[in-house]
Amino acid sequence: MYDVLIIGAGVTGCAVARWLSRYDARICVVEKEEDVCCGTSKANSAIVHAGFDARHGTRMAELNVRGSEMMEALSKELDFAYDRIGSLVVCLNEEDRPRLNALYENGVQNGVKGLAVIEREELVALEPNVSDKAVAALWAPTGAIICPFEMTLAFAENAAENGAAFFFDTEVRALERMDAGWRVETSNGVLEAKAIVNAAGVYADVLHNLVCEKKIHITPRRGDYCLLDHAAAGYVRHTVFQLPGKRGKGVLVSPTVHGNVIIGPTAIDVMDREGTNTTAEGIAELMQKAGLSMKNPPLKQTITSFSGLRAHEDGHEFLIGESVPDFFDCAGIESPGLSSAPAIGECTADLIAKRYGFSEKSNFKATRKGITDPKTLSPEAWNELIRREPAYGQIICRCESVTEGEILEAIRRPLGARSLDGIKRRTRAGMGRCQAGFCSPRVMEILARERNVPLSSITKNGRGSELIVGTAKDAYAEANDEA
Amino acid sequence: MKHDLIILGGGPAGLAAAIAAYDAGVRDLLIVERDRELGGILNQCIHNGFGLHTFSEELTGPEYAARFIEGVRERNIPYVLNTMALHVSPEKAVTLLSRTDGLQTVSAKAIILAMGCRERSRGALNIPGYRPAGIYSAGTAQRLVNIEGFLPGREIVILGSGDIGLIMARRLTLEGAKVKVVAELMPYSGGLKRNIVQCLDDYGIPLKLSHTVVDIRGRKRVEGVTIAAVDAQNKPIPGTEEEYACDTLLLSCGLIPENELSREMGVSINPVTNGPVVNESLETSVPGVFAAGNVLHVHDLVDFVSEEAAAAGRAAAAYLENGETARREIPVRFEGGVRYTVPSTIDPALVRDALTVRFRVGSVMKNRIVSVWMDGERVQKKRRQIMAPGEMEEVRLTREQFDAHPGLDDLLIRVEEA
Repeated sequence: MYDVLIIGAGVTGCAVARWLSRYDARICVVEKEEDVCCGTSKANSAIVHAGFDARHGTRMAELNVRGSEMMEALSKELDFAYDRIGSLVVCLNEEDRPRLNALYENGVQNGVKGLAVIEREELVALEPNVSDKAVAALWAPTGAIICPFEMTLAFAENAAENGAAFFFDTEVRALERMDAGWRVETSNGVLEAKAIVNAAGVYADVLHNLVCEKKIHITPRRGDYCLLDHAAAGYVRHTVFQLPGKRGKGVLVSPTVHGNVIIGPTAIDVMDREGTNTTAEGIAELMQKAGLSMKNPPLKQTITSFSGLRAHEDGHEFLIGESVPDFFDCAGIESPGLSSAPAIGECTADLIAKRYGFSEKSNFKATRKGITDPKTLSPEAWNELIRREPAYGQIICRCESVTEGEILEAIRRPLGARSLDGIKRRTRAGMGRCQAGFCSPRVMEILARERNVPLSSITKNGRGSELIVGTAKDAYAEANDEA
Repeated sequence: MKHDLIILGGGPAGLAAAIAAYDAGVRDLLIVERDRELGGILNQCIHNGFGLHTFSEELTGPEYAARFIEGVRERNIPYVLNTMALHVSPEKAVTLLSRTDGLQTVSAKAIILAMGCRERSRGALNIPGYRPAGIYSAGTAQRLVNIEGFLPGREIVILGSGDIGLIMARRLTLEGAKVKVVAELMPYSGGLKRNIVQCLDDYGIPLKLSHTVVDIRGRKRVEGVTIAAVDAQNKPIPGTEEEYACDTLLLSCGLIPENELSREMGVSINPVTNGPVVNESLETSVPGVFAAGNVLHVHDLVDFVSEEAAAAGRAAAAYLENGETARREIPVRFEGGVRYTVPSTIDPALVRDALTVRFRVGSVMKNRIVSVWMDGERVQKKRRQIMAPGEMEEVRLTREQFDAHPGLDDLLIRVEEA
């Protein structure tokens, strides 16, 4: 029997696991996909919101600001990419100025530090490619960019190192109340736990409604994105937002921590909780809206487009807390969910620890070391590394200069990668301008060798996504056998 | 470490350049290859049709490559494998990385860029739909089938009628897969006519011109795609959608020269070819840096790559011997549907016996005359029954023509109606 079973290994579930792993408690995370960070956490704007958007007085506002404040120290402790480049909300005409000022006031009330409304001249100095129509902007120096994959992985790996168990390919099918705790029926057997944390993203309402009288409703709100090549780096220096509307914070243009430019998201409500397909209309909308706040976005440099689903709850508020005895929701975690994740993890873990009287571990290891990136080393240190492990001298992904050493680390570390996408999220192999054209056969080969499985079992992202279907001419061999 | 000449890339261009440079007297040179063997993409091109121009016989890709690899070995030209050039500075310092030699900086007096090209990805095409397994660029599928012996799928739809896609339609058919259709956005194919006949027509594979993929279905593995006709603006026409059940979508939608290193070292890039701007010596805007093959502009036939690369090799040798020379360059002007020329500029004094100028047109044209004008006088013309963007064109300018126009300052290549 686990003390706590967390459903969902996205950023929220992993954050709860990480902060809970500070306590003496048996915890596990169950995930229906084959890896952490497979849902909303992998397809978003990859930014830390400063915290001026969320309406003052909401959980969303409180947790966003707290999360944003925790992030820099956390990025050092857990070794994930974070860059506080600052954000700008651009006001495109004088009539909208009251809305810009209201955003500023809301931010100040939320406790966001350093906010200022700046005029056009200062704005152009900060962001030379800003639209000619821009009249002013809200400057938030605490806005930042991060790597959402690495942050989620960092939480998960650190939780695992501190004793949390992870079960992948494990979908929750039913929750049954027992005398003490829960019987959790999954696609992978039955688990028991005293308490459940619902961090199921776009499925959080389904789980909540299984056990709670008071129903909630989540709409998957799709956001399409375009990612531009490194060649576009320098086009934009800060995270540039449009003034937020009813359906979210609009289309942003921002650098990423890896030197790309990201443009997105749209906000399209869909029925399908797995409906992460991009549409021609969505991409067209993106291309049109990108040009509102910034001049001539270099959309020709697009290397990929993708979409993610935000778990939009009808009340547009984070639902966090014990909804029925021993069932803790982290539901409705839409934007700014990524920014808030550390704070959600911390407050949920503290709540549960207090409720069940968990004591703090004496041997909690707060730090985690990421995968070695030899590109960040001095030439001497890189050569020393190659002498010890020659694989760090072998480039596998040309576009992102990822070495075999990094790929081996990604496979061998705790909660190691098992698929092409798993390698991609951990190392960036395949994330560059050729989109895995050159490196995928090489990475498939390394995965098969390291995991000692046939190449035919290597997948893009778990069962059913096998990359090859057979060997050349095998159909003839089968035909001959039948004859 | 220092070398007179570093050649970046050990594919057809790099090999031919190295041999020609050696034969022109360069002895201190090094070929840098990132893959595990020399020969580049030819190693996976196991079909025949290579070498008709160079050797007057039909070879497979590996056979064609072997002749040049043999040439490199006979001359003891040094090369390194599994070695990536991570950076090149404007001063021609090359940062190399390999598991055997680690990270090292090697400087060169001259460099030949021969890095080849990459395929345009699904992302760059903005094809809507899901992102499941089973979407491959044609070249990736070619590697999986021809080198590794695996089948990427059994029911295939191909988008784009570039040569690799056409070749792969035939290959996959021969390997036991069913190629259902090849869709091409443009009203003409981007591939060679002979490939359409030999790879599609001979196997009864339909080619749908002015069609594109408008949706990809399947969350884990491709389950089907939707193809629609496009209008003159290449926009899908509602109501023309057709569903194809398939487990694989192959993309053959164009090749992009790999000029990230060139850009880093400050080489000017032609926005039409995505390759370096070069003069008659195939020298880029950075003196002593030359380019040839698909990194310069995408070719249809490897024979022309070899020819071009040999010229770059000889030019690099001349540069090493003479250093930078004073130049009087004139631009190569073009009209009548020509999209670009290689080279872009010419110093007439530096043309030896003859100079081949290669170009492509932007659309299919019938009954045309390709003419060359020097200072307003037509110096040559040739009749072309049909011209297409998928087929590279060339004109050969002779020393005599230049000699007949001393002080030449206007050179024009024009495609005219016959």
